[in-house]
This record gives sequence, C-alpha cells and structure tokens, in this order.
Amino acid sequence: MAECHPVGFQWVMEAKNRGAKIIHVDPRFTRTSALAHEHVALRAGSDIAFLGGLINYVLGNGKEFRDYVVAYTNAGAILREDYADAEDLDGLFSGFDPQTGRYDVTTWAYEGADPAPAAGERELWVHPDEEHGGEHHGRSARAESYGSGGATVHAKPIIDETLEHPRCVFQVLKRHYARYTPEAVADICGVSTRQFLDVAEAITANSGRRRTTAWVYSVGWTHHTVGVQYIRAASILQLLLGNIGRPGGGILALRGHASIQGSTDIPTLFNILPGYIPMPHAHQHLDLDMHVGLDAGATGFWGNMRSYTVSLLKAWWGEHATEDNDFRFDHLPRLTGDHGTYQTVYNQLSGKCKGYFLVGENPAVGSANGKLQRLGMANLDWLVVRDLQLIESATFWRDGPEIDTGELATEEIGTEVFFLPAASHVEKDGSFTNTQRLLQWHHKAIEPPGDSRSDLWFYYHLGRIIKQRLRDSTDPRDRPVRELTWSYPAHGPTDEPDAESVLAEINGSGPDGPLSAYTELTDDGSTSCGCWIYCGVYAGGQNHAADRVPGSEQDWVAARWAWAWPANRRILYNRASADPDGRPWSERKRYVWWDAEKAKWVSPDVPDFEATKPPDYVPPENAQAEDALAGNDPFIMQTDGKAWLFAPAGLTDGPLPTHYEPHESPVDNPLYAQQASPARQLFGGEHNRYNPVGSEVYPYAFTTYRLTEHHTAGGMSRALPYLSELQPEFFCEVSPALAEETGLEHGGWATIISARTAIEARVLVTERMKPLRVRGRTIHQVGLPYHWGPNGLSTGDSANDLLSVVLDPNVHIQEAKAATCDIRPGRRPRGGALPELVREYQRRAGIEGSET
Amino acid sequence: MSESGYADAQPRMGFFTDTSVCIGCKACEVACKEWNLVPAAGDASDMDLLGLSYDNTGDLGANSWRHVAFVEQQVPASRVDNLGMPAIGAPEQEDEAGVRWLMSSDVCKHCTHAACLDVCPTGALFRTEFDTVVVQPDICNGCGYCVPACPYGVIEKREEDGRAFKCTLCYDRIGDGLEPACAQACPTDSIQYGELDELRERAELRKQALHDDGVTEARLYGDDPDDGVGGDGAFFLLLDEPEAYGLPPDPVVTTRDLPAMWRRAGAAALGVAAAVVASFAGARR
Amino acid sequence: MSREQAMVAPAESRSYYGRPIVKEPAWEQPDVPLYLFLGGTAGASASMAALARATGLPRLARTGTLVAAGGSLASVVALIHDLGRPERFLYMLRVFKPTSPLSVGSWILAPFSALATASAASTLTGRLGPLGTLAGAGTGLLGPAMCTYTAVLLADTATPAWHEGRRELPVLFAGSAAASGAGAALLLVPTTETAPARRLGLAGAAAERAAGHRLEHDLGVVSETYRTGRAGTLLKAGKALTAVGAGLSLLGGRSRLASAAAGAAYLAAGVCTRFGVFAAGVASARDPKYTVIPQRERMARNTKGAPAARGRPS
Repeated sequence: MAECHPVGFQWVMEAKNRGAKIIHVDPRFTRTSALAHEHVALRAGSDIAFLGGLINYVLGNGKEFRDYVVAYTNAGAILREDYADAEDLDGLFSGFDPQTGRYDVTTWAYEGADPAPAAGERELWVHPDEEHGGEHHGRSARAESYGSGGATVHAKPIIDETLEHPRCVFQVLKRHYARYTPEAVADICGVSTRQFLDVAEAITANSGRRRTTAWVYSVGWTHHTVGVQYIRAASILQLLLGNIGRPGGGILALRGHASIQGSTDIPTLFNILPGYIPMPHAHQHLDLDMHVGLDAGATGFWGNMRSYTVSLLKAWWGEHATEDNDFRFDHLPRLTGDHGTYQTVYNQLSGKCKGYFLVGENPAVGSANGKLQRLGMANLDWLVVRDLQLIESATFWRDGPEIDTGELATEEIGTEVFFLPAASHVEKDGSFTNTQRLLQWHHKAIEPPGDSRSDLWFYYHLGRIIKQRLRDSTDPRDRPVRELTWSYPAHGPTDEPDAESVLAEINGSGPDGPLSAYTELTDDGSTSCGCWIYCGVYAGGQNHAADRVPGSEQDWVAARWAWAWPANRRILYNRASADPDGRPWSERKRYVWWDAEKAKWVSPDVPDFEATKPPDYVPPENAQAEDALAGNDPFIMQTDGKAWLFAPAGLTDGPLPTHYEPHESPVDNPLYAQQASPARQLFGGEHNRYNPVGSEVYPYAFTTYRLTEHHTAGGMSRALPYLSELQPEFFCEVSPALAEETGLEHGGWATIISARTAIEARVLVTERMKPLRVRGRTIHQVGLPYHWGPNGLSTGDSANDLLSVVLDPNVHIQEAKAATCDIRPGRRPRGGALPELVREYQRRAGIEGSET
Repeated sequence: MSESGYADAQPRMGFFTDTSVCIGCKACEVACKEWNLVPAAGDASDMDLLGLSYDNTGDLGANSWRHVAFVEQQVPASRVDNLGMPAIGAPEQEDEAGVRWLMSSDVCKHCTHAACLDVCPTGALFRTEFDTVVVQPDICNGCGYCVPACPYGVIEKREEDGRAFKCTLCYDRIGDGLEPACAQACPTDSIQYGELDELRERAELRKQALHDDGVTEARLYGDDPDDGVGGDGAFFLLLDEPEAYGLPPDPVVTTRDLPAMWRRAGAAALGVAAAVVASFAGARR
Repeated sequence: MSREQAMVAPAESRSYYGRPIVKEPAWEQPDVPLYLFLGGTAGASASMAALARATGLPRLARTGTLVAAGGSLASVVALIHDLGRPERFLYMLRVFKPTSPLSVGSWILAPFSALATASAASTLTGRLGPLGTLAGAGTGLLGPAMCTYTAVLLADTATPAWHEGRRELPVLFAGSAAASGAGAALLLVPTTETAPARRLGLAGAAAERAAGHRLEHDLGVVSETYRTGRAGTLLKAGKALTAVGAGLSLLGGRSRLASAAAGAAYLAAGVCTRFGVFAAGVASARDPKYTVIPQRERMARNTKGAPAARGRPS
C-alpha cells in the first residue's frame, strides 16, 4: 500500500500512531513492510491457504463472533443432501463436468430452495456461439453480472440457529477448512507456524464486540486464477469475526489506477451497465421484463432493478423511451458471449475483431503476454490510441520486440494506427471515484497543450458527428444512435463539454428537478438517472463531489468531504454495526443504532437501512424487494439480507474458497489431488504455451508488481524526467541465495525466461527477497516490477511479456502475480536468437508444439 | 538577537524530518524539483541504476535538494521484535537475521552556524528573516568554496551553470505563508515544517513515544543548539546512527576554528617574513 | 545491493553504501593547485625583492619583482579560469568578509597583484622609480600573507585532510612558498646575488619538511590520505625534489648550473606539494571513513564525563 497508494497510506500511519498493529502479508518485503509491525513473507499464490488457515483457527478455537455470525450470515442455512465438498471429492465440488471444465451449480443451493430457475438460467447461458465467441462463452461474465448485489437465491433457506446441523453452512465450513492447520500453512505458504499463530492471535484478539480489524488488499489479490476466491476467503474471515459493516472493519480494495472504481461504476466493462445493472444477453433477455425478471432479486433492494433500468434508459433515450416501446430496451447492445479483453485479443488474432480503441491503456506493456497483445493489434484494420504519450501500444509496429526478432515486419503490418493526444486530469474538469467509493471532483488547472483534449471532448464530439452523419438515415440499426440524448453545453475555444452537466445527467432528474436519492427512482418513466448508485451526488442542483469541508470543521465521519455512493454513505451495510435489536455491539464501536423514541435509525453516517424500519420488523408473506427483508437483515442488497459465508450461487468455480496452486507452480498441491483451479480459463496457441508444473526447466517462481515511482504500464511516468530518474530502468529483485545459486551479480544483467519469451533486467540482489521453505524445498522467488517498455526516458523489457494468459473464470482476470521462470546471468539474445532461446527451453520442457 | 544574528522579528522556521514514518515515496524529491525548477538528471546516459536499494538519486546536490536514502539492513531476528520492526522468516529461518529498511529524506540542514554562508566570498549566501540559509543565484560567482565547506555535503555547483545551488527551504513559498513544497507533498507528515522551537518540542515527544513503544534506537539528530553547527534548522529523528544514512556523526562548522587558523597563518606569514629578513641579514654574498 | 553493501561491518566506520558524506572540492585541477603554488611563489618573491632592493641586490630585486607580478597575475588567471567568466572575479570584491578566507585572500591577492604589476611595470620601463619602489615595498609586506592565506583557504573546509591539517598547512605552505620563491631566484638570478635565496630556500625546505611529516603521521586515520595514492606519490616526489634543491644549493658552490637546477627542483617541489595536498583533500572527501572516524573519535573524547553524545540514543 505504501508502494502503490502512498497518499492513502498516511491513514495507516495515522492508525499506527494511535496504536493500531500493522501486519503486512506479501511475498516481498516492500516499503509497506518497512513500516509495518510485522511482515509475513508468503509464497506468491498461496494466500487462500493462509486465509483458510486463519478461518480454521477461528473456527477451531471458537473465536468467531457468534452473535453476529448467527444473526447476520448464512451460517445456519442448511445445504442440500447431495452437495459434496472439496473435502469429499479431493479438491472438486459436486457438479463438475471434466469434459467442459465447468460446474453445474445446482447442488450448491440451500435445501428446499427451488434450484430450477438458477440452473435453468445457467443452461440457457451455456450457449456456444459460433459467430462471436470462443469456447468459454458458456460461463462468460455470469458472476460479474450480479452487480453490486449478490446472486439471486429464490427462497429463504432453512436455518439452524444452533449451527449444529451437520449440513448447515457453519459445519460445512468447519469441515472444509479443518486441514488448513498452522503446519499446512507453513508447508504451503512458507510462513512459520509461530508467525502464523502470531497473526491469528493478533486479528482474533482485535475483533469482536469492542474491536474491529480491517483487511486491505490491492490488485495483487485479484491477479490469480482464483482471484475472486481470494476476496471471498477474506470475506468469510471478516464475517466470522464480525468485521463487516462496522467502523474500523471491512475489506478495503485498493485498485490499480485513479478512478478505476469509477470505471466500473460507470463501466468500461463489457458485461455491465452503469450501477452494476447486468448487460442483457442476446438469447435470454428479449425484453425488459425478461431482463428484470431473470436478474432482479425479488427481495432486497435489487428488487427495484426495474426502476434503475428504466431510469437509465430514460437518461439515454429521453423522450424516445416510453412505456409503449419498453423504454427502448431494444436499443441496448446484447451479449453473445465472452467479450473480455483476452478473448478479444484472440478474436483479433483470428481476424474477428478488426478495430480497437485504447483509452489510457497500454496493453503492449500492461497486459499479460504482451507479445499476444502486440500480435493481435498487428492484425487489426484500425487502432485508436488516446493517451498522454506515444505509448508502446501506439508504436509496437515500429519498435515492438517482435520487429527486432523478425516475427513482425513493419511493412507487413496493415493496422492503421490513430494516435490522439489526451488531456491529463489537471487539464480537465471531472471526478475520480476511488477505492472508498468517494466521488471527488477535480477542477481544470490549466488548458491542455496543443491538440490534447479530454476524453469527454473526444466522445462528445465523436458522438455529435456520428449523429450528424446519421441524421437522415432510415436504417433501423441507426436508431439507437439517432435517438440518443446528446446535448451538453460546450464552451471555450475548443468547445469543451461541461462536465458538470454530465454529472447532473448521471445523478438523474424527475418532475421536480434533480433527484436526491435512488429511492426516488420509478419504473414509470417519470425519472431519468444515468447511474442509480450515483443518484444524489447532484442533489439540490449542487455538485456534492466538489464538497470540501475540511475534516477539522466537521465530525469524524466527514460526510461533507466529497460524496460517497450510494447516498453519501461512508460505511456500507452499517446496520450490522448494531446488534439485531438495534443497539450498538459496544459503545466503543457505536455507529448506527435504533432510536426507539424517534422511531428511526440514527448515525453520524447515513444508515444503510430504511430509516424507520424497526429492528423487530418481520416481513409479511410474499413481500417484494426491500419489504421482504426483516428489521435485522443488514445486507440489504442480498436477496436474503444475509452475508454469505457459503455462496449457493453466483460463482463458477466453487461455493467455498479452496487452496489451488497457481496454474504455473513450482510445487504440488498437498491438500488435494486437484492441483489448480478446475474451472480456470485456459487459452492456447503457439504464443501462449504454459510452463509445466514443477518443471526443472523453469524452476523459480516470479511475481510482478509496481513501484511507487512509476505508474502502471508507464504511460504517465516513463516520459517524465522527474519520475524516470527515480527508477531509471527495469530491474529484477533476487535474494543473495538465488544470486549465488545462479551466478547473478548485483548491478549486472539477468535474462529471465518463460515459455512465452525471454527478457533482460538489471539485477538488484537484496535481503528483502527471502527464499522460503515450501513442501520441504527451498523456493526462490524473482521479483519483477512491470512498468517498462522501449519508449520514454526510463526504458527496459516488459515483465508482463513473460506471463501467460490464464484467467479467473468468474471475472476473466489474468494470473499475473504467480508464475514460473528460469533466470540466468547476462543479457538476452538479440534478433532471431531470442525466439530460438525460448524454443530451446520449450523443447527441454517438452512443450514445444503443444497447443494446450 | 538570535544566535544567527537576526533580531527576533520572525520566529526561526525549519524542518523536522521524522524518518520513522517515511515511506520512501520520494514525493518530496519530485515536489521540490517541480516547484524550484530544479533540472532532472538530464539525458538518457544519466539514467543509470545506482544499485543503492531503491535510491537512484544518490546524494544531495545542485540538482537534488531532497534525497531519500534507503538503508537496507540485516538485524538479528531477536532484535527485530524489540525494535517493533517487521520480521520475516519461516521456522527454519527463525534464528536467521531479519531485515529492516530505513528510509529518510535528507535535505539542507540550514545550520545555525552555516559554513557555506561563512565562507562565501561574495555574499551570495545569506541568512533570511526565517533564519534559513539561501543562495542568491544572481550574486553567486561560482567560486565553489561553499561546496567543500559544508560538513554535510549538501551544496554543490551545477555543472552546466557553474554556480552553487541547494535547498532554499522554499524561501519564495514560506514568505507567502505556504509550506515548503516537500513538506506539503509528504503523505505521512514525515517532513514537518514549522517554527523550530515548536518542532523541537514535538520531536522530543515523538522520540519519547517511540522509546515507550520499545523503539529505543530512535534518536534526534541536529536538534541540539550546542552541537558543532549550533543546531540545525532542519533536523531529524533517526532509527540508526547518522553515518548509516550518510550523515556525519559530529559535524562542525569549520569557521569555528577560523580565528585559530588565521593566527596560525599569521604566525606562519611572520615566519616567512622573518626568514626572508634573516636570509638577508647575513653576508651580502 | 551487493552482499558487501548489505552487510555493513558494524565496527570501524559505517556508511551509506560507502558513499562520501562531504563533497569533494569543487575546484578545478590544475587551476586551483596552480593558483596556490603561483600565489605563494609570488608572495615570497615579492618580499625577497623588496629586501633585495633595500640591500642593493638589483638583479635579485628585478627578478623577484617580475616573478611576483607574473606569479600573481597568473594566479588571478587561474582563479578566473576556475570561476569560468572574468567578471565573476569582480564579484569577489563586492564585499569584504573576514569569515571567508577566499574573500580575505581576494583582498590580499587583488592589491598584491596590482602593486606587483605596478612595481614590475616601473622596473621594466624604468619610469616612476620611487613609486615603483613604494609599490614593491607594499608587495613585499603583503608577500608573507600571500604565502599562507591559501592554507587557511583549504583548512576552513569540511574536507577532512585539510581541516584536520589546519595546524600544519600554514607552515607547510609558508615553507613551500619560501622554497619556491627562493627557487625562482636561484633559477633566474646569477649566483652573485643568490645567497639570501639559498638561505631562504633551506629555511623553507626545513619548515615544509617538518609540517609535512606531521601531516603524514599525526592526523590519525586522515594521515593516510597524505601517504597513499596520488597524494602520496606527489608528496614523496615533492619531498625528494626539495631535498635535491636543498642539496644542490648547499653543495653546488658557485656553479650557476647547480644553482639553477636547485631552483628548478624547489619550484617543481612546490608544484608537487600543492598538487599533493589538493589530492589528499580529494581522497579524504571521497571515502566517508575519513569524515566519520575523526568525528567519532572526537565524540568519544568529549563524552568522557559529558552527557550522551549527539546522534546517540538518549
């Protein structure tokens, strides 16, 4: 966190100053470790074993916050008799089909719940589409499309409040993690039992009624074939300890890039619409009713999805969206399968994808297997790059590594590349939404130089010109564009659209002007709202993202600094900070409570609960949406109002996090016969071969990461002298023991080889890299910051070129944080000798010619 | 009058750099360069990996007025816990050394008795109303005397320019009531700017708090008005001996010895005169 | 980092990856060592010239006057070359600052070189004789200061070899300047008038040797810098050349050749000494142990019975 989020880390330091204990769990000793009380070095890719060990410690020692767990989680829910756990099937859950590599999730449901809709829905989803997708469509994007609520369960489970029933979630959980002992953790992670127990005792002692513990993770957790399950494992632990929805608790995701949170709220992802409304599917969601009917949870606040969707359609198509025409639901694009970034690259390679927009993204450096990315882009008809600098993705046709090796020739690349200089954040108005869901407005400080323009300018004028061209079209396919609302006031010499007018549209309006809360949204077409979770940011016609009352001039919740979605709420699910009767769990951790006299919930924050629903409210039969949740159901976006220790639906790779080895691992999986995640998403092709497990040819583990001095793929830092000089070139970090073993010299050069390519880096030999004892062996890890490419002032090979494309099946994110390689002294070969070296390694590993 | 010669119109301003909360982000280095238009390392040939941990700045100089040191150390595992510092290691490695990584943002000390200022023959270096020491670039004639005079190795001649440059404690900001750029950019308040007396009190409390937490290695550096430079306007809380960070353990302002040196040189000059006279005093041939 | 760097030896002297603590002198070579040498030679020559004029040694007086003028002007040129631009020398005369040996030196060097030039002009043109004599007397009086102010110039720095040698350097420079001034006379003046120069050379050589020995042995660890490396080589050469100069001036009798050779040896010795001292300074700044160890030793001395030393946990 100190490395990649130094500004946010000030609050960790403040907490430390007030007595908080800081524990840093990371394969490497980083700047964060330097300031932590304790650094736990674990093997990259072994976190679920570590977290599972903590869960086992909690359950085995009765350290769970029992009242919280019973009241607010699904611990007591009884599972079906035919559910089989990974413990029973040696690493698989019931429902796995080895032919397709997919799970039928029917058996994961609660007992008594009608599984048919969910299962039927899945079958519908599994619909191979020869036209657009690959073999992976079937499970495409399903998990993500549950949006900001959980998946749907269509019935409340049968609950055993004693948690004794052998098939209740709590008992299943206990059995599932029983073998995640401190010794197993030591064996898998390389963490000493003493240190593991120190951590376990520290977090359990610091959780409960009077204390809370927070977990903070960065994108390193998501870059695994089991990335989603990493987060799930932390969620289970935090729920068992009662650390969700309470001050000082939670799981805080530090995301990789300014406003990355914003770019999923107002998504740049293919499978969701603003506010996490699922993108409709071509074959299932033929009309609005089907869309809402299938995906809206009938109970919980997702029960109002129709209002959110209709208001969105009204924001986009305005007067053209009416009840009669289904509010122009047909104008929305449709999914036909996986359109994720890696599938798109394969579609480029096969010629299906012909045009590509890169906006503030540099996949030639930043994405896994850079060669695949560059080869894909070299096979396009056109490519538009909008960035601050001439990044590698704009110049790969001229100076990419494949030009040197002869795998690509400039004169043979047909891609027409358009480079459009972009304005930086100080050169335009707009908002950032960062990890804490806070929308923070930034004002333009200076005009962008030369031809640089804001993204808003670019898309507004592009849309305007396209609409102009289509003005007289009668082709029905042009109607979604022709009818689009597209009027924003523009001003200044460059006709810059007014960013605040866009914020106002996102906030939404009704008959009485700007809306102030998403609860005001209706499904009758009288309200419009560009993103329901942002509704209220422009309440009263005021830009609350620009609120800047200093902390010293308001209470500690600081609600008047910027604006948090939803409803300016700073802690989500904060009803859980009070006990089922509405009293704070403890005075020390008091946050939201029921005031019986006023008959309402009170808090320095905005209570995440209906303001006047009393704790003893019991929903009537057949109640819908939020009315179906009881007064002690804090998790209001869930259909059952409970937090899920066990996920009966929503995940493609298992209802409980399970330790699987990374796809490329130096060791076997001691817990199960199943080595890696059975549902992981594999690709193939001659440029994406995989290193065999435990290969002596690729004996070392490596992990990629970022440094404070540079920004992701370098587009914002490697061209700047003041930043470049601070980390002037690519380097790798190795332990003295590994340097000794391989003959590497501090300050010298190393060549690092995987089945994809070989790269070179300067060598930093440091005690901060520690060999670990895993499975009875010494495991060396090579550290590789990934910022570099050939362009700019600070240059070097791209660490991501070493990576393969192998993905988490839920969210299609690459396994970038754990893979294997060889490392040896000296610079890499040049020209055609480079692919020859890679092939020689492949031959020795027995994977040359393999197509996976 | 203050010790440095100014009437007490304006309290002395300075830096307290608390290295125990420095995260090595180098925002101070960048903010300083941005505000003061300090040149970058320049062309690509200067872009060399120094191999000093994560430090690629190396030292303070004409083109680096803040410098973050990264001190990697092995410490006995048993000591690690006592220091409240992180420990790593698997069971087999428990008896092995742990690692600690100290970071510290160094800067011009703005000495009470500043050698650079004393030896400057032109008056280019002067003491401001904030009791800070600043070079006036339009007066500096590039004689370079200040460079070896500084006991901390701070000030340096800029190669392409010939004149000497160093931290001004953002003279052009503090006059307008702003913090120096580095202090403002520091996310963890490792760099604190303020009235020196107040900073010294704060530093003493911080040191005590760390000692109470078992970080007995915490010590202040440059806070003592009785030290060899009369105390630093920019002082530090360190977690190891000064020399581990590249700081002199007991710097002195060399002009302290100047009267003695002049006496010595005078005597030697008299010796020359006497020798000349004596050599003529004998026979003419 | 390398293992050597990572595992800094706890004893002796610790450092930040072996990087220097103080900066090396920013002065150019050969400009500044030459400036030291020329100024000293000029100073001693001027004093000799003044006395020679008074005692009726015209050739010694004439040569001394010309060497003083030439030496001091060349010294100014060397300084200006180091500064980069001529007008920058004028900035030296903006103020008079007693705390700055360079300011004091400039106020010695400027009048000295002006008077020496006037005196030389008078000597060469034969005009304004009395004024020339007066100017010569002025340079004669300033001459000894010219010999030694440069020692303070070096000693008043944080460069360990120079500051630790602050007691010895003035004597060394005085001796070296006297020998060099004498050397110039021996080289250029017929032996009929060189007796004072011979004596001055011997006195200077003796003083230089004594101070040099102390620099090489009495400064603790810092003395290493005077004995080893480039400085050691130069100072050894200087020592040998001084001995040759002294020997030849004593044993050469009335031989013009021997006298000239002795003079040349003294001058060469002066060059070697100044370059050697400069090199010792550079070497002492480069290795942080020369900064740390003397300071630690001083702290250890001071802490006997005193409160905890600075930079120590307290």
